[in-house]
Amino acid sequence: MTKQLALVIDLNVCVGCHACVTSCKEWNDGGTAGPLSDQNPYGKDPSGTFFNRVQTFEVGVFPDTDTVHFPKSCLHCEDPPCVPVCPTGASYKRAEDGIVLVDYDKCIGCNYCSWACPYGAREIDEKQKVMKKCTLCVDRIYDELLPPQDRRPACVMACPTNARLFGDVHDPDSDVSKAMRERGGYALMPEWETKPANHYLPRKIVKSVDPDRT
Amino acid sequence: MNPPWSVIFFTTLIGAGQGLFVALFAVDAWSAFQGRVLLTQEFVAVSTGAALILVGAGLCASFFHLGRPGRAWRAAAMWRTSWLSREVIALPVFMVLLAAYGVLHWFGRPRPALAAGALAIVACLALFLCTAMIYACLKFLQEWHTPLTLANFTALGCASGLTAAAALASWCAPTLSYSYAAAALAVGALAYLLRITALARNARLRPKSTLETAIGVKNPKIRQIAQGAMGGSFNTREFFHGRPREVVRAARWILLVLIFPVPAVLMIFRPTSATVLFVAFVIQYLGLLAERWYFFAEAKHPQNLYYQAIS
Repeated sequence: MTKQLALVIDLNVCVGCHACVTSCKEWNDGGTAGPLSDQNPYGKDPSGTFFNRVQTFEVGVFPDTDTVHFPKSCLHCEDPPCVPVCPTGASYKRAEDGIVLVDYDKCIGCNYCSWACPYGAREIDEKQKVMKKCTLCVDRIYDELLPPQDRRPACVMACPTNARLFGDVHDPDSDVSKAMRERGGYALMPEWETKPANHYLPRKIVKSVDPDRT
Repeated sequence: MNPPWSVIFFTTLIGAGQGLFVALFAVDAWSAFQGRVLLTQEFVAVSTGAALILVGAGLCASFFHLGRPGRAWRAAAMWRTSWLSREVIALPVFMVLLAAYGVLHWFGRPRPALAAGALAIVACLALFLCTAMIYACLKFLQEWHTPLTLANFTALGCASGLTAAAALASWCAPTLSYSYAAAALAVGALAYLLRITALARNARLRPKSTLETAIGVKNPKIRQIAQGAMGGSFNTREFFHGRPREVVRAARWILLVLIFPVPAVLMIFRPTSATVLFVAFVIQYLGLLAERWYFFAEAKHPQNLYYQAIS
């Protein structure tokens, strides 16, 4: 079976610190994906291109609520709807490891791929005028000049709670496959049959112990 | 979706240009079939020129949609998979055949002109198909994912083209203007019914994606409390029109009144007046701008589920 690199994100331990966001931005502002331009970064309405964002949702009704921190980036779908619609071939999925990438030298900035992504994972770079998205740090994970333990995406390296696992989801013995199998890893918006490679590990419901009663 | 004006002008202008050519060639083919000469050389030249100007103006508008217009030529590469790429090929092919048709007519070669026109019709219909399928093929944009998108793009384009043909005929081929006005009314009425059908269908749609499927948490009570950025992002600018509900409702009323009822009244009362027919075309075109704006504005992209609240 071919390789499919992906992230598996553990919603039990994500604390919403945004370290993955800033680390991603820092790494990908340079290298093959950079620059990742910002507009008005110190002004009233700061905006910019990001590959990864952490969002927060409140689940349930007060007082029975859960705060779910939810990191969101390109899911590197196994059947990516953004790829066939690209008129230039700038958007492509790599056969060797399943990473979905954009060739910035071919992209004409028509935005059509972003319309074709149900997850909103693609963002135009307002300065370079080409579409950008998570590369799974493709310029890092194969870099043999880095020590082996550093050949991982910047977001994974930065996560203080180890909420982000990285590996080959087609290899049944990989850590990510085991985690998905043992802990009910699920995909986002399965209704569109995009078969996202990235998966999420659901919250385990843990009842807190009332110290006054014990 | 946030309606992009470049695409609104592009699709409405080429639609009118394509419709004008359909109107012209239908009479040309009919007269060849009958063995009579119904079209004057002058009318063919003016109509072909007008159709080329409309389609050319649309092509110019489309470049404003691109971040990197200088690389537009690359867009012909992926015709095997991309409707946008197919459109990029069909459009210039149609323009070349349309120009050939006009030139051959101008030099008094009606039979080769008819052959070029037949090929141009094929390219013209292919172009309608490609343009509509760009939207209709996106299955999670449920408002667009329907054969009605193709029907509307084609019928509305033909209706506005017929109105333009009636206006041009009343100016330089008066014997045809009455027939063209009648055809514009008939096709306009059909297009109007199809558009209303699409509006009614889309009003009943239930979104397949919910916050539950978007973040994969099974609980009907989910509310966003942060989207990861305070000052907006590409995701908030590209997929939200940000206009109040009243504006969207007004756009729907404008399209419902201007794409058919007003031009129809004008055409019924003064079917041979060049001025009135020209005004009817302009009014219908303004209606089509509102129609296309609304087409984008009413489409709810599932990614919007992730951008419900700033903080």
